[in-house]
Amino acid sequence: MEKYYFRTEGLTVGYHGVPLIKNIEMEIKKGEILTLIGPNGAGKTTILKSIIRQLTPICGVVWLDGEKIQKMSGTELARKMSVVLTQRVRPEMMTCKDVVATGRYPYTGRFGILSEEDWKIVEDSMELVHIQEFKNRAFSEISDGQKQRVMLARALCQQPDILVLDEPTSFLDIRYKLEFLSIIQKMSRTRNLTVLMSLHELDLAGRISDKIACVREDKIDRFGTPEEIFTLGYIPELYQMTTGSYNELTGSLELTPILGKPEIFVIGGNGMGTAVYRRLQRKGIPFVTGILWENDLDYPSARALAVEVIWERAFCEIDPGRVEQSKKWIDRCRQVVCPVNLEERHRFCRELIELADYAKAQRKL
Amino acid sequence: MKQKRYCAAFIVVIVLVVIFLILNLCIGSVNIPISEIPKILWGEGADATYGDIVREIRAPRAVAAVLLGGALALSGYLLQTFFHNPIASPFTLGISSGAKLVVALVMVASLSYSIQISSWLLIFAAFIGAMICMGFVVLMSKVINQMSMLIVSGVMIGYICSAVTDFVVTFADDSDIVNLHNWSQGSFSGINWDNVAIMVVVVVITGICVFLLSKPISAYQMGEAYAQNMGLNVPLFRIALVVLSSILSACVTAFAGPVSFVGIAVPHLVKSLFGTAQPIFMVPACFLGGAAFCLFCDLLARTMFAPTELSISTVTAMFGAPVVIYIMIRQKKEKME
Repeated sequence: MEKYYFRTEGLTVGYHGVPLIKNIEMEIKKGEILTLIGPNGAGKTTILKSIIRQLTPICGVVWLDGEKIQKMSGTELARKMSVVLTQRVRPEMMTCKDVVATGRYPYTGRFGILSEEDWKIVEDSMELVHIQEFKNRAFSEISDGQKQRVMLARALCQQPDILVLDEPTSFLDIRYKLEFLSIIQKMSRTRNLTVLMSLHELDLAGRISDKIACVREDKIDRFGTPEEIFTLGYIPELYQMTTGSYNELTGSLELTPILGKPEIFVIGGNGMGTAVYRRLQRKGIPFVTGILWENDLDYPSARALAVEVIWERAFCEIDPGRVEQSKKWIDRCRQVVCPVNLEERHRFCRELIELADYAKAQRKL
Repeated sequence: MKQKRYCAAFIVVIVLVVIFLILNLCIGSVNIPISEIPKILWGEGADATYGDIVREIRAPRAVAAVLLGGALALSGYLLQTFFHNPIASPFTLGISSGAKLVVALVMVASLSYSIQISSWLLIFAAFIGAMICMGFVVLMSKVINQMSMLIVSGVMIGYICSAVTDFVVTFADDSDIVNLHNWSQGSFSGINWDNVAIMVVVVVITGICVFLLSKPISAYQMGEAYAQNMGLNVPLFRIALVVLSSILSACVTAFAGPVSFVGIAVPHLVKSLFGTAQPIFMVPACFLGGAAFCLFCDLLARTMFAPTELSISTVTAMFGAPVVIYIMIRQKKEKME
């Protein structure tokens, strides 16, 4: 018994004999989810195409369940692997149900007539992906997002052991993005379905994947668990981000900070500050913020957007030096903004109250 | 619900074939009363002249119209599948004309050396011509991504081949020009039972092969990538499509010359009638539809300006071309949406 259900060994892929990505080594166990991430044009699709035998690999082997994929017959592979691709399909005069039913192809006889049981599987897959309400509508009439879900139902209807999806969430709105990935996660958990996909949404990739492979330039730059991949500073490097910033933990993106002489001091915290930071960024006003604990909700966005952040280590008392530092900044700023609710004065953190009072005394708050 | 529609549609096309078949036997320069037909067919107590007309002239011609019409429609259907293009057909891609050219060359050569050539050789010559043009169009399709441009290039190839054919025909021996000229315009006239026997063999065998391909065709309709993932050997399947459609259009060209528009109009009309594009229905339905369409057009070609006979393409174009225009307008609309 192979330890890994799916494995690539020294796989080199490309077009017309020209290698694009070399020496790909990836492996996952049955029921795991592997996601490919990487910049546009890095070759995620090329890798997937080579794995599903749409492209002939330049060298190397793809193992599936201990067998070489290249050696398997078409039907044999079709019963193990199904796909959802980015290419548009334009079937003529087919209802969504007809499209889903094409997934039964590897199981039907010479004339492709579906049995009662086949139809039941078709119905089940449609129910799983919640497309029952438009199953009888023409495939050409539904929206792109709905089409994507129909194609997922079709792929599931093929009863694969491994599902390959190329940027499956691109056309979907957030509700269906989450729903789509939830279905995949559920299938991997309950039916031990192995999933191989490429995603653009890094945050979602980090949440759903057991393993992530980062495609960069001509190789798989990193391969590992999300924790191993989303280390500080790696994502901007992978995508060669020159503007803005990415938070590895929350997956949120911020635009480029406004630098220069700070005009405003923001007393932030508890997530109240972030909206103010972003508004100032939009208006192009440089600002300073504090005093934030390292574990404050506002801390990542403050770090990304403020000229300077006055901060304290998580769970520690505020050092008096930080208060002094903040006062100096308040002196230099023309205005102080405090989105934090300071009403419960007697129970509130003394240092922040002190700062607010200091600002009020200067008529800046 | 759907099954009922399919049944009804099948009944409609079968009834059409039967009606036009009987009309083709009855109507002509000598009108034969319908009551005579069964007598002639069973060979009991029929008028001898009527019997000869029906048995020796009209029946083989009508059967040929059935077989060749069906073959043309199927050939068109296969090409439309191959190129994912609703206006692909042996005629628009220049395949009929290529077959016509090679057949004309072989005919002229045989006439000048006074050799009797068999129908098999003609079919083979047509097949070679069809394959050459098909190969060219397939190569073009790799370079030209735009489907409309592919059709334009196919039409151009068709014109070149027709021009060369006309050239060859012009310089052929006088005595045979009339015959050759008729043929190069497309006509079902002069077909005898020996020809029909060969047609039956070629068309029926190829037709069965096409029917056996209906499952792969349904996969291919989803696009090549998905078809491949469903376990279809796409390159092999594409070769099968090319060869089968070439054989079918070659057979038509060898016996009746180029016949236009049947290959586009019939699959489209049949699709609308059945309300589905499932190959398992489309293959037999296209065959029957093509048969009915060609019987109808041949009837008009023979009788409209009798005793002058129109070329079959003139009539098929009259009914087929509007369908093509309609398809193009509808496609344009779909793109705008």
